[in-house]
Amino acid sequence: MAKTIANYFEELRGTRVWRSVFRSGTGSSTLHRSLAIQQNVFLHLFSTKVRTRMLSFSATWYLGTLTFGTFLILVATGIPLMFYYHPSVPQAYADTKDLQFVVSSGLFLRNLHRWSAHAMVFLVFAHLFKVFYRGAYRPPREFNWVIGVVLLLITLFLSYTGYLLPWDQLAFWAITVGSNIASAAPVIGNKVHFLMLGGNVVNANALLRFYVLHCMILPLIAILFIAVHFWRIRKDGGLYVHQSEPKTVAASAAAAKGAQ
Amino acid sequence: MSDPKDFVAGMDSNARKSPRRVVFVTRRTSAQVKVTDEDQVQTYPELLFRAVVAIEVLAMALVSMALLFNAPLEGIADPSHTPNPAKAPWYFLGLQEMLHYFPPVVAGVLVPGLVVMALIVIPYFNINIEAEGLFVKDRKRRVAIFYAAAIALCVFLLAFDVLVALVPTLIVAAFMLLAIQSSSQSPSAFRRYLAAKPLSFWIMTWFLFELVVLTAVGTFFRGPGWSWVLPWRS
Repeated sequence: MAKTIANYFEELRGTRVWRSVFRSGTGSSTLHRSLAIQQNVFLHLFSTKVRTRMLSFSATWYLGTLTFGTFLILVATGIPLMFYYHPSVPQAYADTKDLQFVVSSGLFLRNLHRWSAHAMVFLVFAHLFKVFYRGAYRPPREFNWVIGVVLLLITLFLSYTGYLLPWDQLAFWAITVGSNIASAAPVIGNKVHFLMLGGNVVNANALLRFYVLHCMILPLIAILFIAVHFWRIRKDGGLYVHQSEPKTVAASAAAAKGAQ
Repeated sequence: MSDPKDFVAGMDSNARKSPRRVVFVTRRTSAQVKVTDEDQVQTYPELLFRAVVAIEVLAMALVSMALLFNAPLEGIADPSHTPNPAKAPWYFLGLQEMLHYFPPVVAGVLVPGLVVMALIVIPYFNINIEAEGLFVKDRKRRVAIFYAAAIALCVFLLAFDVLVALVPTLIVAAFMLLAIQSSSQSPSAFRRYLAAKPLSFWIMTWFLFELVVLTAVGTFFRGPGWSWVLPWRS
């Protein structure tokens, strides 16, 4: 009998090297499959089992997963883009032009990074509304909703700080318009504006600050909050399903029935 | 001496699906099912496989888009030459559209600040948890409050000449009027659906409408001097 890919994969999983890396070992029993999640530092954020109902497309539209997908694509394209980019004036613009015309696949990398960024902002909003309309913010998931709102803000800041980096007219004036809004805040407005830009107008200091925020600080904060966001799904009892929900819903439903 | 029938032992027969559970129910407590067991599957491979496929489909879509459409790149930044109109990134254009009507401290600070605060506190108010139809209980008073709030909001938007925000308000208000006329006994499924919707649903839907309309107007229908343009004419 010819060996299938699955056979080869099983064999690979049985090798000494593989087993030294992954703690769960071979086998497809429920135990091993649970261990594959539990014994992995990244996957252990998730529960070992999920309700079958939550796998259906209609339950979540996979919006959270897709948002995370855009984040992965953005990291994967953002790092090579960093290799070709200097956050200085006017070199930043020249580098972006080079990405467009000189660097192999530079145009593709930049396109993919930009469209994925737009997709991420859109998907985060879509995820927020889907979660709201399902009522999945209800206790005990209140705090995960709050983390989600924080992640929305982080996503907006990530996208906004990235917007300046090409240092073209579009970037410069978008950031000028956006940052002027901050200076409208009473009392602290001008201070926040100055702190954000490193000056009173968008200039080389602003570019450097936005670069550091965009490539370093905000992604790290995002990863931290994403990890907590995922972990809280498990801790709060898996993805929200209506039936297993707290007494408040059941009680109010019963009360409504009684009143009729 | 213990009574041999002091407890009952039960077992879930499907060991592959759920770990074996032994249940002891003593006589002095009553056994009742609070939560029925739901069908569950292993995260690995069932969920992870689906997640990977979903992300791959997304990646294919984005890669195709990246191959077909180029990201915009204009001339080098020039502080002495202001484009008209100067637009913020698209997700802030709803705010920029509001800046056209309201002073910056309102449109730029107060409104987004309140929106973020409102989003954060949603799960901490019981009114958002109970999820009962808005006009089911205490109907007369709630209908009166609805009329007062809707008229006040419309007058406010008219006073500032914010027709763009008025349209979604009127649409949502029209659906709420339909909800008032409907009940759980209504013949049409859509009206039963409307009648069951709680206050938080209406506020969020209104917010969603405003967000989409304001952002779309700011993105596609605003030209030089923030005047109306048609996107297909430029």
